[in-house]
Amino acid sequence: MTTATLTPEEGTLATVKRGLRLSPELRPGLAGTLALAIVSMAGRVAVPIAVQQGIDRGIRAPGGPDLGVILIVVLITLATLVLSTTCGYLMTRRLFTVSETALGALRSRTFRHIHDLSMLHQQSERRGSLTSRVTGDIDQITQFLQTGGVMLLVTSGQLVVTTIVMLVYSWQLTLVVFAAFLPAAVVIRLFQKRLASVYRTVRERTGVLLGAVGEAVVGATVIRAYGVAGRTERRLDTAVGDLRSAQQRALRTSVTSFSTGELAAGLALAAVVAVGVWLGIGGNITVGQLTAFLFLVTLFIQPVQIATEVLNEAQNAVAGWRRVLDVLDIDPDVADPAERGVALPEGPLSVRFDDVSYRYPGGPIVLADVDQEIPARTKVAVVGETGSGKTTFAKLLTRLMDPTTGAVLLGGVPLTTVRFDSLRSRVVMVPQDGFLFDATVAENVRFARPDLGDDQLDLAFTELGLADWVAGLPHGVDTPVGERGEALSVGERQLVALVRAYVADPDLLVLDEATSAVDPATEVRLQRALDAVTRGRTTVAIAHRLSTAQAADEVIVVDAGRVVQRGPHAKLVQDPESIYAKLYASWLEQTRS
Amino acid sequence: MLGRAIRTEPRLFLVGAIGSSFFGLLVIVNSYVVGAVIGHVVVPAFAERRATAATLGLIAAVFIGISLLRVGTIFARRLGAGFMQFRLQARYRRAVTRRYLALPPSWHQRHATGTLLSNANSDVEAAFVPIAPLPFAVGTIVMIIAAVASLFWTDWVLALVGVTLFPALFGLNVVYSRRMSPRQIRAQQLRGRVSAVAHESFDGALVVKTMGREATEAQRFGVHVSDLRDALIAVGRLRGLFDPIMDALPSVGTLAVLLLGAWRLKTGDLSVAELVSVAFLFTVLAFPVRAIGWVIAELPRSVAGWERVQAVLDAEGDLAYGSASTPGRGPAGVVFDHVDFAYAEGPRVLHEVSFTVPAGRTVALVGATGSGKSTIASLAVRLVDPAAGRITVEGIALPDLSAAALAETTALVPQIPFVFDDTVRGNITLDRETLTDADAWGALRLAQADGFVAKLPDGLDTAVGERGTSLSGGQRQRLTLARALAGHPRLLVLDDATSAVDPRVESAILGALRDKSGSDFSPVRGGGGAEDGASILVVAYRRATIALADEVVFLEHGRVVATGTHVELMASVPAYRDLVTAYERAEAEREVNA
Repeated sequence: MTTATLTPEEGTLATVKRGLRLSPELRPGLAGTLALAIVSMAGRVAVPIAVQQGIDRGIRAPGGPDLGVILIVVLITLATLVLSTTCGYLMTRRLFTVSETALGALRSRTFRHIHDLSMLHQQSERRGSLTSRVTGDIDQITQFLQTGGVMLLVTSGQLVVTTIVMLVYSWQLTLVVFAAFLPAAVVIRLFQKRLASVYRTVRERTGVLLGAVGEAVVGATVIRAYGVAGRTERRLDTAVGDLRSAQQRALRTSVTSFSTGELAAGLALAAVVAVGVWLGIGGNITVGQLTAFLFLVTLFIQPVQIATEVLNEAQNAVAGWRRVLDVLDIDPDVADPAERGVALPEGPLSVRFDDVSYRYPGGPIVLADVDQEIPARTKVAVVGETGSGKTTFAKLLTRLMDPTTGAVLLGGVPLTTVRFDSLRSRVVMVPQDGFLFDATVAENVRFARPDLGDDQLDLAFTELGLADWVAGLPHGVDTPVGERGEALSVGERQLVALVRAYVADPDLLVLDEATSAVDPATEVRLQRALDAVTRGRTTVAIAHRLSTAQAADEVIVVDAGRVVQRGPHAKLVQDPESIYAKLYASWLEQTRS
Repeated sequence: MLGRAIRTEPRLFLVGAIGSSFFGLLVIVNSYVVGAVIGHVVVPAFAERRATAATLGLIAAVFIGISLLRVGTIFARRLGAGFMQFRLQARYRRAVTRRYLALPPSWHQRHATGTLLSNANSDVEAAFVPIAPLPFAVGTIVMIIAAVASLFWTDWVLALVGVTLFPALFGLNVVYSRRMSPRQIRAQQLRGRVSAVAHESFDGALVVKTMGREATEAQRFGVHVSDLRDALIAVGRLRGLFDPIMDALPSVGTLAVLLLGAWRLKTGDLSVAELVSVAFLFTVLAFPVRAIGWVIAELPRSVAGWERVQAVLDAEGDLAYGSASTPGRGPAGVVFDHVDFAYAEGPRVLHEVSFTVPAGRTVALVGATGSGKSTIASLAVRLVDPAAGRITVEGIALPDLSAAALAETTALVPQIPFVFDDTVRGNITLDRETLTDADAWGALRLAQADGFVAKLPDGLDTAVGERGTSLSGGQRQRLTLARALAGHPRLLVLDDATSAVDPRVESAILGALRDKSGSDFSPVRGGGGAEDGASILVVAYRRATIALADEVVFLEHGRVVATGTHVELMASVPAYRDLVTAYERAEAEREVNA
């Protein structure tokens, strides 16, 4: 992880700069969009100018109201309105096109990047929050850019243009208006900080609520089976109530801040009239100009008020943007060497663990001083008690993680130098939780090889002895498996996952308790079929069913993070005091008694 | 929907609407004050080149006074509306999540997790979004009526501008919303799809990674992202067209007032004060009128959200509980009587399943992968109800049992353990009030989990993290086993509940269960004896487990094909023999081959 995630206090401007750097699509045409925004502003000041001109030259014309002059003023203003409306249209269109295109690209890039981060599969609890990086967070940015952003752009343009017009009419009154708004601006600025913190609380409590709802949904079965809905209900109620009170506090703060602007407006109107009359008596200002000023003050208030609203949204959006950028800033800890990398040598692969140790960052050592060589074409079983480090062994072997010290080599090549496209096509792991996508059985198998023909697909099931099983499904290979494969039983999911790995046709197959929920007869059948079809390749099976170990060429026994025994099953059981012999004895007791 | 919202929170709505109405009236008053000041103070003062400080002070006081009143109405309007919105959201979030807890697992299985999350969160939120501007809109309508009335009172010609402009603005708003809503609904749907794809893809990250399919996944995601982008650009184009026109219309109104007002001024039917008032009015009215547009614009999204919320609230299929309790004490027997079962819209998975677990006995369910064992386990604790046939516990049909009786009587340890984001203690006791720490430790001991729990940094108080990610698979299974045992169930259903536990640990668990109960394989409270034991229904593959059973029920393709003791079935049912002796035969073959 880089330091980016450790600096939550990064300023808004810094985040926006960082964001613009990473989304260069946002920049081109920015000047054009700004120009359009300024022209579209002209429409708003056109009316006060028309009022001033109309009053001073038309209504108060010497000799009574001059309708001709007023008609000309009105027509010119109408033309200006048409022009500014057209520019407003073009600006919004541009803004949407540019921002959606840029943020769509950011979404896709972030999605791809997250898949490269090992925390995605290592820390499953972070999946939910990673999903919101490519959904809610980016939605917030786009929404801000388009509604808040447009308003901010339009209103700040309005502020500038209004100020210019006011200055042309009377610099003294302009100063008065600024003086009236200055205290409000200071107060509003102070409120921004409080708003940022109350809205942060709202976001956090939304997260807590989602967590509680998630538990009620995912744990529905357990909650029902134990009749403990009351407990979950209380948690949900607390989360719902906490969110509501946070929202209410945020609203109170926001309204107070908004009201400051309102008061400033009243103050400005009062001051402009008082000072304006005094100036008028001195002959420094006309009736039309003073009237126009009153109109301009309302144009001046709106941006300030809208800005306070929009800045709240902006805080949320910038926070979202920052979270997205922070994820993008995390370097993949297990990185693809890509072009700089090499391909694995052709043919069956040997495995070498060269003095490998692994510890989770800040955690205890889970695997220590592993120095093992697995020749090509052999079938090895890794056994050991729960928590002995055997799954870590599999993850290091497939480079889901890199060792803390030492190196893993496949076919003599250090894994860290192997290109991912070569690695992932030659080395396949079947995890215990054979995750299935919400699609049909066939589509799940084709995940490994999209070009697989129907005949080849059927052949794969037949070769693994699963043709009967698949024929017994309601729609054969076209049976939908449901979300996460939950329409199938746990054992059946493992069968599909195994076929999926098989059609990937790897040179090194790593099975991590891949058949733990399958019945013994099916497992033995599968094992036999796998033996036949993987002959001549290298297989490493992590197993707690010792039937797998018995069938392997060699067994590696892991205990408390160290390799304690190695050899064929028959040899290892000869020492009755050995860890393996004890494991085997209890296995026998369980399967034979 | 809006009507229901108002009926639910009438007080807050009134606060908001009255605040908003007064706000609107103050806007009109302010305009007339501006006009009066220009017409009756500024013009004479400029003409006579003098003004009294008292007049100017009075004007300043009036403006500041109006401003203060407006702040009051803003507080009433926004807090009334906002609190109403938040209260409604909270109320419906509670209602929706209550339904989640009441609806049966079969309903949950039919609905994606992501959908249910958004029902409770963003759909509820969307449903009540129009609530925030609603009082504003009501106040605006009051304001428009008052404005038109004041216009007629001032001058009928200028009033005509008003009665032309306001309906035009309103009509434009309606057209805009009509054309916008399908686009926004589509964008919302696509947003949901993008989220679903991301959710699933990240969920299956391990498979994606090990198969090296990141690029394909990115492509799949990219397609949905482009669709969403195009939909949102379509939204933007429409907005780009309407927004500036709606901004410009009130300006056109002001210009019309200027032109017609000058004419009426010339004919002597209007004063300068009145002209300025009306022109000012049109300028400040533009913004509130758009609030109605916001309500209309949000309606389709709100209705869609409301419909999804309603779908949850109206969902049927509750497994309603009865009021009976389980008679007697000690182990409870269960009888399956011609039970059929099919998952929603699927084929039958169980056919006329009949078997008995006599009180205090242990029955093993044996069958190939996919033969219906887990379904039977779910039926036995009434996570689902059968399509036909009857299941009784101690002679009481399961649907007749009260929720409390069912939970006290039965306990299921599922194949895939579910661990709550709570402490170890919370996960075991689940806040069941009768359970003490001693119960928890006793259960942990039986489940062979006391060792690792004692080593955890805070023992029973250790937080295990969301979904128990800080524990290994075997540890999670033992924790959920302890959860079941802690409640001293009278019927324990184990669905391959020790699959991730090592053989040695597993045999220790089975041994502990057996030892504790004396001769029976049943967990007991304290000293034991039949009074406190349990009947056990266990899904098993391992012979050690099967050997502990008094009887075996052998399943094939959802049918009971044989019932009897292990020895009987070994002798008379070849398919059974093949299944349970698979490992031995495999070993024997290997030895022959060697």
